[in-house]
Amino acid sequence: MRHPPTTSIAGLVFRTPYWIFTGGLAVIFLFPLGWTAAASVSPHAGTNQTDGWGFGNYRTLADYQAGIWQYLVNSAFVSLTTVVLTLAISLLGGYAFARFTFPGKNVLFLTTLAILMVPYATMLIPLYVLLNQLGLQDSLLGVALVLTMFQLPFSTFMMRISFEAIPRELDEAALVDGCSSWAALWRVLLPAVKPGLITVGLFAFLTTWNDFMAPLILINDSNRFTLPLAVSNLRVQVQGVIDYGATEAGVVVLALPCIVLFLLLQRHYVRGFMSGAFKG
Amino acid sequence: MGVSMMSGRDRRSRRRLSPPSPARRGEAVKGWLYVSPTAVFVAVLFVVPLLLVVRMSLSRWPLLTGDQGVNAPDNYTKVFNNRFFADSVVFTLKYTVLATALLIALGLGLALLVQESSRWKGLLRASFLIPSSLGLASASLLFYVLYSPFAGPAADLMEKLGWTFLGSPNAALFSTVFLIVWRFAGFYMLLMLVGLQGIPAELYEAARIDGASRWQTFRRITLPLLRPTLALTTIMCVTGSLLAFEQFYILTKGGPDNSTITVVQLIYTMAFQGQNDLGVAAALSVIALIALVVINAMQLRAFHNPDEK
Repeated sequence: MRHPPTTSIAGLVFRTPYWIFTGGLAVIFLFPLGWTAAASVSPHAGTNQTDGWGFGNYRTLADYQAGIWQYLVNSAFVSLTTVVLTLAISLLGGYAFARFTFPGKNVLFLTTLAILMVPYATMLIPLYVLLNQLGLQDSLLGVALVLTMFQLPFSTFMMRISFEAIPRELDEAALVDGCSSWAALWRVLLPAVKPGLITVGLFAFLTTWNDFMAPLILINDSNRFTLPLAVSNLRVQVQGVIDYGATEAGVVVLALPCIVLFLLLQRHYVRGFMSGAFKG
Repeated sequence: MGVSMMSGRDRRSRRRLSPPSPARRGEAVKGWLYVSPTAVFVAVLFVVPLLLVVRMSLSRWPLLTGDQGVNAPDNYTKVFNNRFFADSVVFTLKYTVLATALLIALGLGLALLVQESSRWKGLLRASFLIPSSLGLASASLLFYVLYSPFAGPAADLMEKLGWTFLGSPNAALFSTVFLIVWRFAGFYMLLMLVGLQGIPAELYEAARIDGASRWQTFRRITLPLLRPTLALTTIMCVTGSLLAFEQFYILTKGGPDNSTITVVQLIYTMAFQGQNDLGVAAALSVIALIALVVINAMQLRAFHNPDEK
């Protein structure tokens, strides 16, 4: 019993409800995004874009308080710092966990994974106090450090299994040839774990760019707000009247980098799930 | 150089060496060097705050003046006497059950729908997944506009019907759950797809030869073999929902009539809005942590299969 070829009339009749159903589902998932993108440039009363299509709402966004560029720079600083720190720490940590024996190895690894078990809010209250004591109150660097810590369970696990997937003969050969373990890591192993690093970096970027709660609690100075915080505040601060147009424009600016990165790196995104890093 | 060569070649025999040889100690030192950044981050930004939150929960600790000395168990009594405490716990549990049931069912349904690979199914998978790349805050802002009775696409319809998405407690709850399903269904679909791939094709083949119906195959093969995935997704979803914050903070702001306040929102309110009492917020944080550990342990027990191991 083979499936009837879909080109036959019977096949078409049989498949049509399926196409409509699944197509409808896809539309439900895509409609909110498409509608927001269109609404952000279309005319609407009570916004900066009252007649004709145009970028009035984006101009509101650009002029909001410190200006959207400031918030973009803040968000970019936090995201890139977190990505770089996460990559560096998990690369070295993954290497250590996969290739070395040292006292306290299992305790440290399990403690790192335990970060996943603790509610975000439970951590942010004491971190607010701790960062003040470390002189990092109201600091974007402080936010980046905190977000790096929250990335460590996934990234350390991911890098550990990336290193463990490489045959030991590869780095042992390099060590026999007189490389130090550091040189073996940089010259031999780094190219082999690159896919793992891309996955770790992608997840770190998406999480950090979008994070709302850490900057909400740790940042008070509105000039240091990250983009999600600025857009969320913007909607209520225009004389108590909600500027929906500017909010739509803000959502587009927030979502666009994520969607583009996701579409470009979809393979690496899916690999993060395949790795079993979520099976902890 | 010499030491690193030794440690490289020594590694396989290391378990048989009982006194720590210089090479082995060298390896331990190097291991610690590589792992030290991880250790510093985990110690300073995870272990210390975890101890600090317990201390804070036992001390009088106003937001502005800081530590005022031990006052235990005042903070905990204040939490239990908070007029929103019981309501927020009930609401959080209600939301968790609803969101988890829907997300697990839909995640599995979508996964079964797009399981085989074809061009169309690849497109479907991508469209279900795209919302997952958005942040929860962005998604909440998006739906804030979408649900708006002034600017949303259904604004005229809402005016005619005299009904709004966020107007009544139940409507607000279901509207938020819809947002969460939209944002996370693709994510759970992906986890289910990974689980489905782990089921050997021979089993389906055997069931087909035995003349099993689609439903029988699903009940007798797919569901039991998907058990570890279902356990993982349920635990993740329950954890995420119990800690819900952004969606309610942005979309409903706890309203209407304080009907949609979650536990984490209450922590935030206690700490930074009005009361400005970090001690009480810390006490509720500790309670939330303990509750989460207990609930997850219970789930692990429930999903544990006595036949395995």
